[in-house]
Amino acid sequence: MADYDVTVIGAGPAGLAAALAADEKGKRVLLVERAARMGGILNQCIHDGFGLLRFGERLSGCEYASRYVRMVEAAGIETTLLTFVTRVEKKDGVFHITLVTKDGVRTVTSTALVLSTGCRERTAKQVGIHGTRPAGVYTAGTAQYYINILGEQPAKRVVILGSGDIGLIMARRLTLEGAEVLGVFEAKSTPSGLTRNIAQCLDDFGIPLHVSHTVTRVFGDARLEAVEISEVDEKMQPIPGTAQKIDCDTLILSVGLIPENELAETLGVTLDPRAKGPVCDQNYETLVDGVFVCGNALHVNDLVDYVSESGASAGAAAADYSGKARELAELTADGGFLYAVPERLDTAGDLSKTVVFFRSREVREKSQVSVSVNGETVFTKKYQRLKPPEMERIEVDLSRVKPGDRVTLELREA
Amino acid sequence: MEKTFVCIVCPNGCTLHAAEENGVISVTGNRCPKGEEYAKAELTNPVRTLTTSVATVFPDRPVLPVRTSGAIPKDAIMPAMRVIAGLRVNHAVACGDVIAENFMGFGVDLVATDDLRV
Repeated sequence: MADYDVTVIGAGPAGLAAALAADEKGKRVLLVERAARMGGILNQCIHDGFGLLRFGERLSGCEYASRYVRMVEAAGIETTLLTFVTRVEKKDGVFHITLVTKDGVRTVTSTALVLSTGCRERTAKQVGIHGTRPAGVYTAGTAQYYINILGEQPAKRVVILGSGDIGLIMARRLTLEGAEVLGVFEAKSTPSGLTRNIAQCLDDFGIPLHVSHTVTRVFGDARLEAVEISEVDEKMQPIPGTAQKIDCDTLILSVGLIPENELAETLGVTLDPRAKGPVCDQNYETLVDGVFVCGNALHVNDLVDYVSESGASAGAAAADYSGKARELAELTADGGFLYAVPERLDTAGDLSKTVVFFRSREVREKSQVSVSVNGETVFTKKYQRLKPPEMERIEVDLSRVKPGDRVTLELREA
Repeated sequence: MEKTFVCIVCPNGCTLHAAEENGVISVTGNRCPKGEEYAKAELTNPVRTLTTSVATVFPDRPVLPVRTSGAIPKDAIMPAMRVIAGLRVNHAVACGDVIAENFMGFGVDLVATDDLRV
């Protein structure tokens, strides 16, 4: 018998919800966290707007985390902090997890595994910024860590590249703490972040947003001295002759997040190139039996409430994991979608309340999303507007789906 | 007076249109009552909840996240930051504890949004 029924890797919002859900089913749960405290990235998200769906209140990120940490502590769930997972192997249907802690290396065994490892920020190297490598080029999350955890202001004159939500939040935060934010530049023709964040983080402070612009070069040796900004065409290629130099000591990058799946890949989990996380079924079980995934490791969410929801579902399903074979059907999203999750449906499991998360590929007015099984439409929903930055959630009764059925998600004009 | 802006109350981010005629404000574009409330305030007395951090005397936890327990006038945000810059927390705090009562006389408290275990 394995040491634990369910081992949850990562104690951010997804992992906390997963551990609680598995514990509620009376299972032996181990929650593993790399940092010295639980809560994950929420600990540095001191701004509010979290929890409107989950708690009906507008909480800050750390308040939201605190509520879950207290529930996990009250439930007495076994937690190991400052613990790094170096290796996971599946042998004879049981997971062997190698943990590195202050006390050394140990291996625990577990029947099911929940990966709640979150996501990572794309860096300067991943967006092809050329020039020297001076100090002063930070991802938005790193700048957030400096200010909100270390209490250090890393910037005086700031250029922000990318209009993702963390970049917008940091434009406001850096301004509040006395820095001058010269502008937010976005290579795409539409902003990446939530509309309300553009309103409350940029408009409120008179910070300009320039779409179809990108940083083409950085200047400076020890410290950043300036950046070169160029206009880009619709293929996001810089337009010659449009370059301008802006003096600044800090460049903040908010250029996208990628689900963290290094451990998943070592287990042979198949990734979806569109969602960039593991292919999974409606219970968030990946294509490797017994490996579940949730939160931003699955796909990058814009609301923590949905992260907790997927965590709770994955945790409950991991607790119920019996090793019984699944009978999978495919759920395919057409080209109108950036991605949709889940990509598979386990017809041996409950499909009556299948939750599907999706993003449209482009900004669209008056659209209809429909789900069809073998060409027959079983669900439709109309939208006034769909935007890639704003994730949508639908709940569909798919209990009629049988193995081998063709289930498709379609997007067309309404 | 007429104004169009994005509602910041929830992630829906509705585009609100507020118009004032003879002292009566009418709001369109909102999908909920909170949006109407927000639009009216935006036209008459714009307010914001401030979230920031307060310095502590503890090297291991140099800053404590805080927020105002309710909204304060938008134009008081930067003055509030200067007041907060003068505060120092020198004791253990639980999430929700009041750090400054009736902050700047606005009738709201400055409250901790995280535990400070020392």
